[in-house]
Amino acid sequence: MDTKMKKNFLSMQLNVDDFAPASVEEKESLVIMRESVSFWKDGMRRFRRNKIAMSALIVVIIIMIFCFIVPFFYPYKYEQQIKGAERLRIMEYSEGELERMAAGEKIFPHFLGTDQNGRDYAIRVMVGSRVSMTVGLVASALILLIGSIYGAVAGYFGGKVDMVMMRIVDILYTIPDILVIILLAQVLEYPLMSLGKTPGFGWIRSLGPNMVSMFIVFALLYWVGMARIVRGQIMVLKQNEYVTAARAMGASNKQIITRHLITNCIGTLIVTTTLQIPSSIFTESFLSFLGLGVQAPTPSLGSLASNALNGLQTFPEKLFAPAFMIFVIILSFNLLGDGLRDAFDPKMKR
Amino acid sequence: MGKYIVKRVVMGVITAFIVATLTFFIMNLVPGGPFLSEKAVTPQAQAAMEAKYGLDKPLGIQYLTYMRDLTRGDLGLSLKKRGRTVNDIISEKFPVSARLGGIAIIVALIVGVPLGSIASFKRGKLLDSIILVFSTAGIAIPSFLSSTLLMYFLSVKLKLLPSLGLSSPATYVMPVIALSLYPTCYIARLMRSSMLDVIGQDYMRTAKAKGVSPFFSIFKHALRNAILPVVTYIGPLIASLLTGSFIIEKIFTIPGLGHEFVGAITSRDYPLIMGTTIFLAVFVIIMNVIVDIVYAIVDPRIKLK
Repeated sequence: MDTKMKKNFLSMQLNVDDFAPASVEEKESLVIMRESVSFWKDGMRRFRRNKIAMSALIVVIIIMIFCFIVPFFYPYKYEQQIKGAERLRIMEYSEGELERMAAGEKIFPHFLGTDQNGRDYAIRVMVGSRVSMTVGLVASALILLIGSIYGAVAGYFGGKVDMVMMRIVDILYTIPDILVIILLAQVLEYPLMSLGKTPGFGWIRSLGPNMVSMFIVFALLYWVGMARIVRGQIMVLKQNEYVTAARAMGASNKQIITRHLITNCIGTLIVTTTLQIPSSIFTESFLSFLGLGVQAPTPSLGSLASNALNGLQTFPEKLFAPAFMIFVIILSFNLLGDGLRDAFDPKMKR
Repeated sequence: MGKYIVKRVVMGVITAFIVATLTFFIMNLVPGGPFLSEKAVTPQAQAAMEAKYGLDKPLGIQYLTYMRDLTRGDLGLSLKKRGRTVNDIISEKFPVSARLGGIAIIVALIVGVPLGSIASFKRGKLLDSIILVFSTAGIAIPSFLSSTLLMYFLSVKLKLLPSLGLSSPATYVMPVIALSLYPTCYIARLMRSSMLDVIGQDYMRTAKAKGVSPFFSIFKHALRNAILPVVTYIGPLIASLLTGSFIIEKIFTIPGLGHEFVGAITSRDYPLIMGTTIFLAVFVIIMNVIVDIVYAIVDPRIKLK
């Protein structure tokens, strides 16, 4: 401080220096030491500290690599039938393969043996997991889309709109879902097959009509829970001042819903969607087990398990492999979802 | 209360009506008729069969006829099981499924509720971790896997239990375990988290402070509050277990309602599909209403409106 202030003789101040403007160093010392923590950073920090959820995430990533990347580099194809190599046990080689190995050729081992048609079982389990994962992810995305929009509209408009929309949800909720799934899977098969023959819809045939009908079924039935959760959140959120402010500035209903309300319940959406994935996989494997799921040449974990039942006495490993995959996939998604909920659900903050 | 029940019943009837209508038209959209698969059926015989069951009439007329019969509680004649009414088949098959499902629910409650409570009282201890790991693993196993694995280990490998049918008490063991595994683990988890919530409440501390014995405080205060989420879960659970699990009945070849339903769909037995669907839907609806009423009895704070 270079200039001393002069004391006014009428001033009540005891020491004028205390009221001098702060120097640069003083200002710096008062700056808050910690950066402000945003919702995302806070959630991510809590999530990273959760060891179980982190290991579940790693397992999910490993499974994804095995489902979506490894099959491209695998020396066998899932529908490729190797003559003379039917019904091999774990790590066994067929006679023909043994001869070729004796001749110095390298043969890729059948880690899980082969099935009754001579198809390598390890690749079938991988592709089966891919089918189950795809169904789980796509179905959950559909549910997220339909459920959040429906719930947001019902919650935002309230009143009569809400009443009618929620009665529809109630009705869908009471319909026994498995019955409808089984019925619809049967009904949709033929129309989708004929639709797949018309140009522009060829993708239906390549996916398999059963897979598409399964998506439709999921999209029709399972968004109900999501819609209820989102509606509850929106009803609380729309009381906030920023909604009033946005409306005062002339924002349309659509803008308020998409910009302000849905973005504000994104934590709930992520958690609910993650927990939806295992339950979709659950239902898919259940349907495939009953023979109502994906079509024959394409394997799914459920259909692999179901086929393994016939040779259960002699080839139990054919059941164990898909069973283990289903278990691990569902378990890790459940744990991941639980971890996300603990990290992002404001109610769980302790 | 009375008004609430009336409202729910009206809603239920509307839901049942919508389910019936949807099922009727969805079912008839499926190409192929019930009599096409049978061999050596002359066109005349087929026409005669269709005329007998009213399938030759336009769909709208068929629908109206069915609905008229339905209001009288008549679910019609089965197309595939000659001379048997759908009411007859349901009343024969339902008790089989209901007995099995009933046992499974009792097992799930008797095992799940105490397990969850114990885990919450021993929070952070070894016992809690063990229960938590097992219940988390348990809800990741679909029932078709638990039943096939049980069948492999207990009856194929160890030859301890008979694998098929429901002829003796021993045959109930595996289906009941397979059916109750998921709900047991789910209830244990639900119970643990809600119990933890309740234990932290002020009234629990008050009870302790005024010298209520731990036993009494658990049963009078904690359990009654913590069981509420379980009650909500139990409603749909009872409905789905009592009406038969398609998978379990298929694997263990149990002649129950679920088995019958899947069979009816593949053989296009229209009245039987309709009958079972409506029966199950009505059952689910009734269970939901009962659960809501029970909820209000267990928790007097809840007002039904």
